[in-house]
Amino acid sequence: MPEDNNSVVIENLVKQFGDFVAVDHISLDIRKGEVFGFLGPNGAGKSTTIRMLCGLLTPTSGRARVAGYDVGREPESVRQNIGYMSQKFSLYNDLKVIENIRLFAGLYSVPSNQLQARIEWALEMANLKGQENLITGTLPGGWKQRLALGCAVLHKPPVIFLDEPTSGVDPISRRQFWDLIQHMAEEGVTVFVTTHYMEEAEYCNRLALIFRGKIVALGTPSELKRDSMKGELLLIECEPLGNAVEVLQSAPDVIDAAVFGNALHLVVRDAAAAIPQVKKYLSDHSITVGHIEKIRPSLEDVFVSLTTERDSGKERKA
Amino acid sequence: MSFTRFLAVARKEVVQILRDTRSLIIVVIMPVILVLLFGYGVSLDLKGLPIFVYDRDGSQQSQDLLKRFQASAYFDIVRVVNDYPALTRALDDGHARMGIVVPWDFSERLHDGGPVQVQALVDGTDDNTANVLIGYAQAVVQGYSSDLQLDWLRNHDQPAQPASVSVETRTWYNEDLESSAFIVPGVLALVMSVIGAFLTSLTIAREWERGTMEQLISTPVTSLEIMLGKLAPYFAIGMFDVIVCALIAIYWFQVPFRGSFLTLLISSAMFLVVVLALGFFISVIAGSQLAASQIALLITFLPAFLLSGFLFSIEQMPVVLQWITRILPARYYVSVLKKIFLKGTPAALLYADLVPLTVFALVLAVLATRAFHKRLA
Repeated sequence: MPEDNNSVVIENLVKQFGDFVAVDHISLDIRKGEVFGFLGPNGAGKSTTIRMLCGLLTPTSGRARVAGYDVGREPESVRQNIGYMSQKFSLYNDLKVIENIRLFAGLYSVPSNQLQARIEWALEMANLKGQENLITGTLPGGWKQRLALGCAVLHKPPVIFLDEPTSGVDPISRRQFWDLIQHMAEEGVTVFVTTHYMEEAEYCNRLALIFRGKIVALGTPSELKRDSMKGELLLIECEPLGNAVEVLQSAPDVIDAAVFGNALHLVVRDAAAAIPQVKKYLSDHSITVGHIEKIRPSLEDVFVSLTTERDSGKERKA
Repeated sequence: MSFTRFLAVARKEVVQILRDTRSLIIVVIMPVILVLLFGYGVSLDLKGLPIFVYDRDGSQQSQDLLKRFQASAYFDIVRVVNDYPALTRALDDGHARMGIVVPWDFSERLHDGGPVQVQALVDGTDDNTANVLIGYAQAVVQGYSSDLQLDWLRNHDQPAQPASVSVETRTWYNEDLESSAFIVPGVLALVMSVIGAFLTSLTIAREWERGTMEQLISTPVTSLEIMLGKLAPYFAIGMFDVIVCALIAIYWFQVPFRGSFLTLLISSAMFLVVVLALGFFISVIAGSQLAASQIALLITFLPAFLLSGFLFSIEQMPVVLQWITRILPARYYVSVLKKIFLKGTPAALLYADLVPLTVFALVLAVLATRAFHKRLA
């Protein structure tokens, strides 16, 4: 019995491996038809969370309901109502495209009167029409990912979990893949996706930033960019870049400094006040300043700012 | 239990086996090779053993004696030498298993009616063969000796048939005492162990290693469906190989087959369940393909080879080993095989073997189902 509007409800979910707390009291509500992004560095607990939600790992404590079923107590019902793509490509490389599709159609018990239509649909969606008899292992990365997605949704699950679905895939294929995700969401499918590509995070309706097992920020991409930065952001073009970062990190009123492309991003409390000070500080250290301006933070800035903040907080405590 | 899901897993497994040359070789060619290898290569019969002779007498009589050695199927006189060192060298380098030395006064002493001794130098490195050789050599000399006596009696107008007692032997079950009849049926146990335990030990471990297991267990398929779906194809292969091996044994090696084919199939099915469950269990606990295959060979193939009574009779093992064989399923299967092939023992009289085999099958099947969980780490 699916619950009202929330497809995924997570309450105080904890997963501990020995002394290591991989997921630390996470709570989330994810609405039907939402593309929910789960962002975080490697080892932050993204995969562990997804695996618990798919019933592959038993939570240490807390609970989660997926498509109306409790992951701890009704894992089989959960599995019939989800599609899952694991981080590593995990279809059978030695099977043909069509054999992989047939296998998963069987595993999800797709009724025989719908089977042909679903197979056609999956081939169409994955853009693999006419390639049915290729051995899966010989496909390029992007095709494999689309096939994996096709296999995971053969049974039209209301919720799908994608664990870094586009890692190692070229940018064009990545774009096509996200079009597919958007398309499914429009049809009411709830998509829970992890990624560490910041530009992909922009495609999500809402994002949760996870760091060291804890959710450090939650909101739409624009909310995060607007509210989550502690301070304002300056873009500085200067020469030499490496020295500038070092110098600025110990400058007064600078919260953080990082290289972004061929420029610097500087987090300060008050941009207007900081610009003249920074200019002076840099020339005092014989660094040539080109251009300097206040900019709107990108998700990457938010992410870096939030994680470094936590990092230094942790260090101070220790 | 959903038949659709079971079928999906089984079909996938079949495609994977057919597409993998290595497993195909193990499935199709290995059983045939094993049967031929053991049928031809391993013979416990001693025939045509190479011997050297040193005839120091060189008389008509000494040649008569040596001809009898040559005439016997057990010996093959590969060379006649003229001194002791040549004989010693032949034994040292293994060109001869035995050297026969006829003394220089052989015919003279025969003529005098005195006792004559012929020397046999035997390579004792393999005590079993040495014992058999000595027995055969004594038999040849004895035959020669009694013929001489008969001649003497006849020449002296004595009754040609002195009273004598002899044993009239009649060998049952393996009438020709062919060791291939003893060995070949047991090869089925070896083949089953390889197909059942070795191949299946890889199936679960492989899925974990390649990461496909994570995708598989994220679907509604149950542990039981995975297990049965994976094992069903190997069961079919195993039964196919049983039939192929049995046919080679019967029609190629002319091993007598006196029991019922149905009993053979049923007991083979039982043993297959044992090894399949064992292989599956190993695969679940071992974690890696390498570890799984090694454990599988260690606990199924080796015991089936050495301790099942396949080659070495259990009654002749040390008592401790005899006890150990009781916990080996292969022992009971080999025993059933030999009885079905050679004795034609009806199923009802095989309970001493079939009951333990059934118990093993049930226990291991339950163990295997319990062992596999659809959970990560």
